[in-house]
Amino acid sequence: MSARPTHALRARNGWGGWAPGRGAWAPLLLSAALLGAWELYADFAGVQEDLLPAPHAVAAALWNNGGLVWRNFAVTAEQVVLGLALALVSGFALAVAIHLFPLLRRAVYPLAVGSQAVPIPVIGVLLVFWWGFGIFPKLAVIALICFFPVVVATVDGLAAVDPEQPKLLRTLDASRWQAFRFAELPAALPAALSGARIALAVGVIGAFIAETSTPTTGAYSGLGREIMTDAGGFQTARAYAATAVLFAFAIACFYALGLAERKLVPWKIRPRGETA
Amino acid sequence: MATELQSRAQPSRTGAAEGATADAEGDARTKKDVAVALEGVARTYGEHGAKAVPALAGVSMRAAPGELLAVVGPSGCGKTTLLELICGLQAPDAGSIACAPAVLMPQRDLLLPWLSAVDNAALALRIAHVSRTEARARADALFAELGLDGFQHARPHELSGGMRQRVAFLRTLLSGKPLLCLDEPFGALDAITRGEMQEWLGGTLAREPRTVVLVTHDVEEAVLLADRVVVLSQRPGRVIAQLEIELQRPRHRTDADVVALRERALDALATRR
Repeated sequence: MSARPTHALRARNGWGGWAPGRGAWAPLLLSAALLGAWELYADFAGVQEDLLPAPHAVAAALWNNGGLVWRNFAVTAEQVVLGLALALVSGFALAVAIHLFPLLRRAVYPLAVGSQAVPIPVIGVLLVFWWGFGIFPKLAVIALICFFPVVVATVDGLAAVDPEQPKLLRTLDASRWQAFRFAELPAALPAALSGARIALAVGVIGAFIAETSTPTTGAYSGLGREIMTDAGGFQTARAYAATAVLFAFAIACFYALGLAERKLVPWKIRPRGETA
Repeated sequence: MATELQSRAQPSRTGAAEGATADAEGDARTKKDVAVALEGVARTYGEHGAKAVPALAGVSMRAAPGELLAVVGPSGCGKTTLLELICGLQAPDAGSIACAPAVLMPQRDLLLPWLSAVDNAALALRIAHVSRTEARARADALFAELGLDGFQHARPHELSGGMRQRVAFLRTLLSGKPLLCLDEPFGALDAITRGEMQEWLGGTLAREPRTVVLVTHDVEEAVLLADRVVVLSQRPGRVIAQLEIELQRPRHRTDADVVALRERALDALATRR
């Protein structure tokens, strides 16, 4: 019986085993190999530069348009972060409501599923009509795209509490609220965070959809708009540069959530091979 | 040896303290001296008819305050149902139940994985709106006494099976209720640990006296720990024997008296299937 093997726990987290330092060479090596292959293909396969720019051309476009890309990125990043926050809060709240009121589950679940099939451009005009050309229509679109995995994962997590647990809590005189607060809510957190990871993975493309389906006024309207304009205007290298930024941003968000997970659900972080 | 069966048309459940409405034989004197009183309790699961599964049929038993009542019986004889009836988690279909406020220690420890051992032990206090600091302090004060010192901040997955059961028992104890319902508390432990834990439970109850209903399938455990052993038949459970255990504590499994009583309980189980 070991008392507190904390340093061993810190080395891994259950879902990826990624940590800076040890093991960081693997994704870098793979990225380098893919970039090398892309470079060779673009240089020697006779593909037009407007169709597929080589990595060095993309890097040059990024370097030469740093200010423009950065300002558009700031717009998009704000949308992604706020939109995801909105999706997490509303998704979690809806899941809790569905859990506590079974009637609501029957009423709301089919509509939540259906909402995922709505093509955003159909409602984009309406959102702009309601909220104008600012950030709010974008946040609504991102939240609509991202809330669903949070709801599904959290509802399942809340229902996964050991069926014996409520009995124990009742003999300890716990109220319904206390049973929720002491047992169900913490038990559902890991599942909710799994939902958040899926939401995050679609959040960046959600921002792209939001930008391209609801018009914006102002000098910088986000990377999504920029990519669409560049791709249509034979600025393919710059479109790829902006895409590379979105690519890196999604990865950064993903690992930021991983760090948050260590703080929020430390009991789930175990040495590899150890289970419940 | 089998107790008299009494079925009542109207199931009733009353607290032992204010048991004025209870059955006729419950005069003031006996009420005061009884922490658990079951009379003709029956419980059937499922629809009445072909699919009905009777779990308990006319079970009567009593325990005085401070007594340890052990209930033994084969698997599926309704032992867990009995404890849930005593704890008020289920209502009987027939018969009457009058007991002191009871707390359940389920078969599995059900410790919350996100709480440290001391916070798990203090759960009942937190539910009773005791502040976190005070709840921890009160749980912490009992850790050394229960052989848990040094494990206050360990999470459940870092504890061995025996230690987890100790924390679960401490959680039960700290509920402050006079009646503890232990559902096979050591059933999942290996034989050596189980022996240690039986000794530990006996010692702990000597220091922290409570009324206990201990459900077990281990006849020897019942004889080692209990003041009285109730033997239940196979499903549907009914009382087939009651043994008074008037032996000095601590008892040892090799004592001649312990062995003899164990044999008597096993004989009752073997002949009255």
